[in-house]
Amino acid sequence: MKTIDLAESSIRELNQALHDQAQECLEREFEVLNPKGQHNIACGIDQNLSVDIRGHAGYFCAGMNKKAHVVIHGNAGQGVAENMMSGTVRVKGDASQAAGATAQGGLLVIEGNAGARCGISMKGVDIVVKGSVGHMSCFMGQSGSLVVCGDAGEALGDSLYEVHIYVKGEVKSLGADCVEKEMRPEHIEELTELLNRAGVDEDPASFKRYGSARQLYNFKVDNASAY
Amino acid sequence: MSNDINVNPGLRESATFDRTTMAEIRRAADTGIYDIRGFGAKRKLPHFDDLLFLGASMSRYPLEGYREKCNTQVTLGTRFAKKPIVIETPVTIAGMSFGALSANAKEALGRGASIVGTSTTTGDGGMTPEERGQSSKLVYQYLPSRYGMNPDDLRKADAIEVVLGQGAKPGGGGMLLGQKITDRVAQMRNLPKGIDQRSACRHPDWTGPDDLAIKIQELREITDWQVPIYIKVGATRTYYDVKLAVKAGADVIVVDGMQGGTAATQDVFIEHVGIPTMAAIPQAVQALQEMGMHRKVQLIVSGGIRNGADVAKCMALGADAVAIGTAALVALGCNDPKWSAEYEKIGSAAGFYDDYQEGKDPAGISTQDPNLMQRLDPVEGGRRLANYLRVLTLEAQTLARACGKNDLRNLEPEDLVALTVESAAMARVPLAGTSWIPGQGF
Repeated sequence: MKTIDLAESSIRELNQALHDQAQECLEREFEVLNPKGQHNIACGIDQNLSVDIRGHAGYFCAGMNKKAHVVIHGNAGQGVAENMMSGTVRVKGDASQAAGATAQGGLLVIEGNAGARCGISMKGVDIVVKGSVGHMSCFMGQSGSLVVCGDAGEALGDSLYEVHIYVKGEVKSLGADCVEKEMRPEHIEELTELLNRAGVDEDPASFKRYGSARQLYNFKVDNASAY
Repeated sequence: MSNDINVNPGLRESATFDRTTMAEIRRAADTGIYDIRGFGAKRKLPHFDDLLFLGASMSRYPLEGYREKCNTQVTLGTRFAKKPIVIETPVTIAGMSFGALSANAKEALGRGASIVGTSTTTGDGGMTPEERGQSSKLVYQYLPSRYGMNPDDLRKADAIEVVLGQGAKPGGGGMLLGQKITDRVAQMRNLPKGIDQRSACRHPDWTGPDDLAIKIQELREITDWQVPIYIKVGATRTYYDVKLAVKAGADVIVVDGMQGGTAATQDVFIEHVGIPTMAAIPQAVQALQEMGMHRKVQLIVSGGIRNGADVAKCMALGADAVAIGTAALVALGCNDPKWSAEYEKIGSAAGFYDDYQEGKDPAGISTQDPNLMQRLDPVEGGRRLANYLRVLTLEAQTLARACGKNDLRNLEPEDLVALTVESAAMARVPLAGTSWIPGQGF
């Protein structure tokens, strides 16, 4: 394992060391010390690495991640795992707003709570939040799955496309064109698999499913009041 | 009785309720929905035609047009990037999406730009292999929708343009209507085929200039600080926007005036939001100069640039380069009279066609219809665009030499005068024949 102490090294040096593994992988395990909320830690990785960040991370930690497995042993700032393509990002603490924004693949697990707009414009990622999510989560979500084991804030799934949303707790309100849907066996199966991948012990049968009513997919003047 | 005013001169059309206005009222009453269209602002605006160059005479030496060199090469992104972009002519191709435009049109833009050694730009639909393959210098747009955004394409780009807005619709998002969403467009955008694809007006994971500074750092980290980062804004509060963009860490700032085009936006937005390109440039230059960053952070301006005179005037006002969109499409064949009969079939006319959102473009440019797309040969289109870019460059050089300048960037506001009081005030150059610049004393 290679240890990089951000008290002594810069973010640039850290990221370059991680990026260098894409060409020739000389080291698969990295440990990052003293992150102290710095931004852009471990973004742009393109290799099957294991990266443990010992502390809190700032904005865009593990942004655009490909293949790597990143664990933040603390809280994560805005836009954690934004536009992730593949791999896994796990936040041991809470995550700020826009967690997993526009992410296209992989798995994002937040063991604490997530702030507003969790999964905004998500494009294929699977997100599992053990706690609750803030308002406007999954806004304009396109595809993938969002699992919330706690509660969801206002306007969940506003202007949703094809994301599958599962919430165990209360939903304060649903956004435009987001509706509760029947939980069929294939959804129980999908949710079970998601919870297993995330290592979360919850009963899939205790969740409700939400999705797009698909009424706003094509602009109709009769829907003007919904906008 | 005839309603021809030449036969009945007593008939008087209202300047307020003219025929276009009344037609729009009737259209609104028929449909109950606002008009969405492409193109840019069509109303008459203060523009570069209102400026003139003061050619050299006794007090200035002109340069010989066929003997003495006038440099057109510009380097963009010298502030932080390890690999700045060098363009041979300061006329670049603005961002236009695959989706809004056909793959052939995008390829033609790349070919034309590459022939003359300038850059072209992706759009709100990601980077296509055709475009990357045919573009020697490709700017990759980073947009709020993030359609097709991925780190592999990010690293293939020669520059990254963070788009905050565009001149046709500052503060607005976009809409690609369902009829243009083919399988390929849908796949690239990760959305179902045939639905209206909304593009957000704000970025999903940052708000404000302080966040943007962190976002730019992220993009630099992902690309190992190799390529320039542009920030594009629609022209509104340009002075402040440019200052904030410099503070956020931009290498290059793109200011798009309200004459800039769009693929699909509400007409009311196109015609009533933003400021003219000419008015935006002095604001941007003032902001850069006050920060000591003029020429260090390069300025690209766009919006209604049609000829070499427009290019030269932008440069004289302080721009480092310009970008063209609508004019490039016209060079490819958009609104060409050879398709007159086809335009009439869809209720339009050559020279007036602006319904890019419908995907029925007879010229095969703003469409995804396979039959229409074939009408545009990307090789021939590229050649036509290259010809046009060469003419813009030659014209701009001609004017610069006449002003005694051996580099387009040596043109300066002192070389210009204005024909109207409003253009003098906006461009901050004297009214012709006077030393009066409105707003700058008597």
